Amino acid sequence: MLSEDKIQELKILAINIRMETVRAMGTLGFGHLGGALSIADTLAVLYGGIMKIDPKNPKWEERDWLVSSKGHAGPAIYAALALKGYFPVEELLTLNKPGTHFPSHCDRNLTIGIDMTTGSLGQGVSTSVGVALGHKYNKKDNFTYLIIGDGESQEGQVWEGVSFAGARKLDNLIAFVDNNKQQLDGFTANIHDTLDFKAKFESFGWDAVDVDGSDVEQIYEAIQAAKLRQGKPSVIVLDTIKGKGVSFVEGKEKNHHVEISKQQMEEALAELQVELSKVMKS
Amino acid sequence: MSTVRIAEKHETEKLAMRDAYCATLLNLATDNDKVVVLDADLMSSMGMAPFLAKYPEKTFNVGIQEANMIGVAAGLSATGLIPFAHTFGPFASRRCYDQIFLSVGYSKLNVRIVGSDPGITAAFNGGTHMPFEDMGILRNIPSITILEPVDTVMLKDLLVQTAGMYGLFYIRLLRKNAVKIYEEGSTFEIGKGVTLKEGKDVTIISTGIMVKEALDAAEKLAAEGISARVINMFTLKPIDKELIIKCARETGAIVTAENHSIINALGSAVAEVLGENIPVPLERVGVKDLFGEVGPVAYLREKFELTAEEIVIKAKKAIARKK
Repeated sequence: MLSEDKIQELKILAINIRMETVRAMGTLGFGHLGGALSIADTLAVLYGGIMKIDPKNPKWEERDWLVSSKGHAGPAIYAALALKGYFPVEELLTLNKPGTHFPSHCDRNLTIGIDMTTGSLGQGVSTSVGVALGHKYNKKDNFTYLIIGDGESQEGQVWEGVSFAGARKLDNLIAFVDNNKQQLDGFTANIHDTLDFKAKFESFGWDAVDVDGSDVEQIYEAIQAAKLRQGKPSVIVLDTIKGKGVSFVEGKEKNHHVEISKQQMEEALAELQVELSKVMKS
Repeated sequence: MSTVRIAEKHETEKLAMRDAYCATLLNLATDNDKVVVLDADLMSSMGMAPFLAKYPEKTFNVGIQEANMIGVAAGLSATGLIPFAHTFGPFASRRCYDQIFLSVGYSKLNVRIVGSDPGITAAFNGGTHMPFEDMGILRNIPSITILEPVDTVMLKDLLVQTAGMYGLFYIRLLRKNAVKIYEEGSTFEIGKGVTLKEGKDVTIISTGIMVKEALDAAEKLAAEGISARVINMFTLKPIDKELIIKCARETGAIVTAENHSIINALGSAVAEVLGENIPVPLERVGVKDLFGEVGPVAYLREKFELTAEEIVIKAKKAIARKK
């Protein structure tokens, strides 16, 4: 069980990830804000309480790997990495500037701490399966964590990888579906309904659980249970809200990629600061 | 550095290319624990049963999912493994182009992709399985190395070399028996064409099954008093620019010969070098922007004009165009 202190610590990290993401995208003036904010709580749990990592040794052989197949969540991951000390937080403000180490989509060759390059949806599923398989082959006990977008699951390659991981019983692979119910063109249910993720993954031989993807405690407990499970891969289906924590985008339609004015950025940071104060007092 | 000895007689080899592939990978896997193979349900066609029997733990047959296979190979390589991933040429290229491009190429990972049954050798599998475009589309990927080994001697050498190199490789592989071009023990330098026969009137730059046709064409031309040089350009990318320029300068006319569309593979690569450096007459033998069709190789060879006779016609045409 998580201590109250640890829960508070993870909540604070999640808010800080949101703040740094808003600051980086707001400084630039635009970004994939909705899907970055929806996954922030899970990133806080992974980087703040679960993953075996060493920010001073990003390529550490014993580390756990994270592959965000929804590559556009990159800026939220960069925020988490900066807050964990992989690089100075100020560097996040170079997001998408010429020559930056922080592109819109995850790039293993540009950003310290990014394990795999993603951006063409679906591909990170296969590459993460390969990484997990490689660790098995090399007789290493590293875990591989994989983040899949709900809209992304419309890609056929997602299910090629999911099927193969199930067939290979890759219990060192733990996936998340960021089920924020929206994709670029609007609500997923109106475009191509992705139906019941838990049932879909279970039919491919995975263990699957539904959790509140904005609740760090639930996410943490689900991952701990998944780590102990043997003989099958696990998926944690996150019930999330696209744009979570920033009222001008939270739950709003077409919040996948948005323009952010200086005023919107300041208001968003102020509201997150209020939230941060509340959590710190609790 | 290459040490090439050209065979005196160019006869069909006893050892099939796929068996040489399997035997070489067995040796590589025995010597290096990091070498693994992937396939998408075509291991039997590829004669890989001995590998599977000896090294089941080094064998990843993903089933019928080529896109996933490329991604899995990329992931395996990220953990330090050295994957060789095979399927038929069309599925090893056009079916998973984006995966090759992004998961391997752009990601700077370390994967060897083997596409078998090039061009008309897909024969009875027909037009759906007949890749005239595999090398052409893959050539657009920055940093890819594209190889078409012509016989078992070259195949073994190139497999061993690529196992020790890092990057993205496409190896276009005849599965059945090739015509012997090189003597055992020959070694090759990737990115450098091999001059099989000297000549002064025209140069025939060839690859794959067209190398034997090029040698036959050179004999026919010799009988008519025309001296043709023959090059085996087994590396499509990086193309041997220096050799192409040298041949253009010394013979003044070029013919390319490939079991592939004339668009975007050998014919195009040579045209690019000539156009930018030394524009001499160029004629291209290859498939002229057509889809494949079903039939025996001998029929397809005539149908798509992949013959020594066609090379002779094109050689004379190129020579006639010299100023």
